[in-house]
Amino acid sequence: MNTITKLLAATALIAGLSSAAEAKTLVFCSEGSPENFSAALSTAGTTFDASSRQLYNRLVEFDRGTTNIVPALAESYSVSDDALEYTFNLRKGVKFHTTKEFTPTRDFNADDVLFSFNRQWKENHPFHQVNGATYTYFGAMSMGEIIADIVKVDDYTVKFVLAKPEAPFIANIAMDFASIQSAEYADQLAAADNKDAIDHKAVGTGPFQLVSYQQDAVIRYSAHPGYWAGKALIDNLIFAITPDAAVRYQKLKAGECHIMPYPNPADLAAMAKEKDITLMKQEGLNVGYLAYNTQKENFKDVRVRLALNMAINKQAILDAVFQGAGKAAKNPLPPTIWSYNEDTPDDVYDPVAAKALLSEAGKAGMKTNIWAMPVQRPYNPAARRMAELIQADWAAIGVEAEIISFEWGEYLTRSRAGEHETVLLGWTGDNGDPDNFLYVLLSCAAAENGSNRARWCNAEFDGLLRAAKETADVAERTRLYKEAQVVFKREAPWATIAHSLVFKPVRNEVVDFRIDPFGGHMFYGVDIKE
Amino acid sequence: MFGFILRRVGMLIPTFIGVSLVSFFFIRLIPGDPIILMSGERGISPERYAQFQELFGYNKPIIVQYFDYLLAVLQGDLGKSISTKLPVWSEFFVRFPATLELSFVAIFLAVTIGVPAGIIAAVKRATSVDHSIMGIALVGYSMPIFWSALMMIIVFSGMLGWTPVSGRLSFMFFPESITGFMLVDTWLSGEKGAFASAVHHLVLPSIALATIPLAVIARQTRSAMLEVLGEDYIRTARAKGLGRRRVIGLHALRNALIPVITTIGLQVGVLMAGAILTETIFSWPGIGKWMVESISRRDYPVIQGGLLMIAFLVMFVNLMVDLLYGLINPRIRHQ
Repeated sequence: MNTITKLLAATALIAGLSSAAEAKTLVFCSEGSPENFSAALSTAGTTFDASSRQLYNRLVEFDRGTTNIVPALAESYSVSDDALEYTFNLRKGVKFHTTKEFTPTRDFNADDVLFSFNRQWKENHPFHQVNGATYTYFGAMSMGEIIADIVKVDDYTVKFVLAKPEAPFIANIAMDFASIQSAEYADQLAAADNKDAIDHKAVGTGPFQLVSYQQDAVIRYSAHPGYWAGKALIDNLIFAITPDAAVRYQKLKAGECHIMPYPNPADLAAMAKEKDITLMKQEGLNVGYLAYNTQKENFKDVRVRLALNMAINKQAILDAVFQGAGKAAKNPLPPTIWSYNEDTPDDVYDPVAAKALLSEAGKAGMKTNIWAMPVQRPYNPAARRMAELIQADWAAIGVEAEIISFEWGEYLTRSRAGEHETVLLGWTGDNGDPDNFLYVLLSCAAAENGSNRARWCNAEFDGLLRAAKETADVAERTRLYKEAQVVFKREAPWATIAHSLVFKPVRNEVVDFRIDPFGGHMFYGVDIKE
Repeated sequence: MFGFILRRVGMLIPTFIGVSLVSFFFIRLIPGDPIILMSGERGISPERYAQFQELFGYNKPIIVQYFDYLLAVLQGDLGKSISTKLPVWSEFFVRFPATLELSFVAIFLAVTIGVPAGIIAAVKRATSVDHSIMGIALVGYSMPIFWSALMMIIVFSGMLGWTPVSGRLSFMFFPESITGFMLVDTWLSGEKGAFASAVHHLVLPSIALATIPLAVIARQTRSAMLEVLGEDYIRTARAKGLGRRRVIGLHALRNALIPVITTIGLQVGVLMAGAILTETIFSWPGIGKWMVESISRRDYPVIQGGLLMIAFLVMFVNLMVDLLYGLINPRIRHQ
């Protein structure tokens, strides 16, 4: 009997189930400890995995394994003609978890929606200050500026009034931070002067309910028996917190867990050969890029930017830095996102033409710098190595580039302030909407607030993005974003480098686990073979 | 004796203030702003940044922040973690039993193997036994924990399947946390196999953590024993016909123990440093792993509070060692 089979049998025993064979336990070797069990308070994927993705629901959600938005706690929604009002028809009969601390007396309704959003939005809300919450994601998605009002029409109808048309709003509320908490539970905690418990002893409507959490060691969940979409196929879910990737791999091999995230790139070849393990892979919803600071003298001329792009040997970077775990990027959007422009031609690697174009721009023999991140990120596993390769490529056309690095926080602050000439950075999508890449990283507003590291403000490009924000018509938005990608390519504010591939080693007995494009781990719908 | 204890305790006060100064100011010297790191690539607007600064009190002059912190510490408040929002005090005590259990077993292994190994090496000086023991000790001392621990996992857990890969207990068992010490809690739970599982899970991490202290203790014991064995009173003891065991065990060892005990006391600090690596590799939910994660997040309250508590612990153990000197050698007490 292998270890997991033993675990299944034993957990069944503990749960007091009638027969060991009936209980199914899935063990996930997670990479770290959650900060708490409330996604509104966090920006970390580790916390989302442990909280929003198992314990909670949102009004609308991303269909498992895709970026498509599907109904969840809202059965349907409608948008007013002026795109300023979103009315949600809430699902009836949705049960909150019954835990040691809380027994719900009513089903989910509009009060819970108002509580969850107002808590993050209104500074005078009785739960706003609880747990020193900073609601970073709510702020980062500008929800405070987007929402003008939230109205309870009746117990099962909620209307969001927007301050301005914002088509990505619907994708925003599918994100983890928009998870719905129980207003009734909050009232009970407030009455007991124990408000802090709301983010630690979680109560949601999600497919699993929290059984216990031993800090830094293990999180135990059980299937929510009254889950509105039907009880999960597995009975128990365990997160075995295992920060070291090599150790996670050993646990997976030994059968001590079923699924592990974030494998070491160096272990991938061995994993692919394991007979008990399936190595799943998918393109990540990310882009790694080199931004040219277009406000610096060297990069004001588009010919310089195009020349340097032509001088970069992307294939060499993919081979040496991504070691097969990346795909060349030609657009600022990843190919898994809707409106990706397939027709955009990629930069041609042509050092001779690059050198000629650079001379034509009067920048032959120019000197510049390349900022390289000090940390490994999903879109760039080795920024220093990547910078060295680009440095060598540019040296071949006579450009001398110095590589510069800072501590990560310092790097972000200084590059946001525009101190760099060129900077390596990247982005992982939050909500599957093209706006979340293009507007956040390349708009004129982003050039002002610094998140547009190219500090590039192009009226034509910006106009297309703003037009796409103002219509809810997906076909029209697609057209606008495709056009914007053509402008981007023509103006070359970035050298688009790569989209990394996401690998997920899973034991063969696991059925229907799907890689989440947002990097999360969802276990509802996953089963284990007997 | 009371005066001796009072003097030693008195010395702890300036040390404690020194640690609080170092932990508070050094972490702020490391580049990295917790608010910026929390926001990541998404960034943060200047308005929200200012709000957070006020929330965490970082907008005050640093000296004022320090005295606020010191005042709170004196009132028993170590602050709240920026990331989990939980009190540092409670976070520490949830994890501390795991570290204490692991460290206790590791130091037990280090002493029970290291001291006899050192004695044997000294008695068999310059023989193959001595060379072998010291050679093994040197290897143990030289190997970095992160490497030796991973090798042990690969060989003993991965290839041979003798031990679990990581963690404190099999998921088969779910004992109630009464003391936080897994050996005790599993024993109290009475669940069949739970205690054995806890012991099983302790084997590799405690060996990994014990390796360096064991090597140091063995080398220190050998060296102290060699010095004592050359003393006149040992020769006299032998000359008057005392048995070999009595000479080594009573006359030599007792006198050689003073530097060995000092070493053992100092190894507690080394254990704490080793625990950081061991706990991370073996997914051991103790304070070492907690500190590592907090440093990368620049979670100032946790780093400050954690360091203060660890320093207090090391100081406490060294105080105990000082008191132990007095028991072994009464002359020290009267000095």
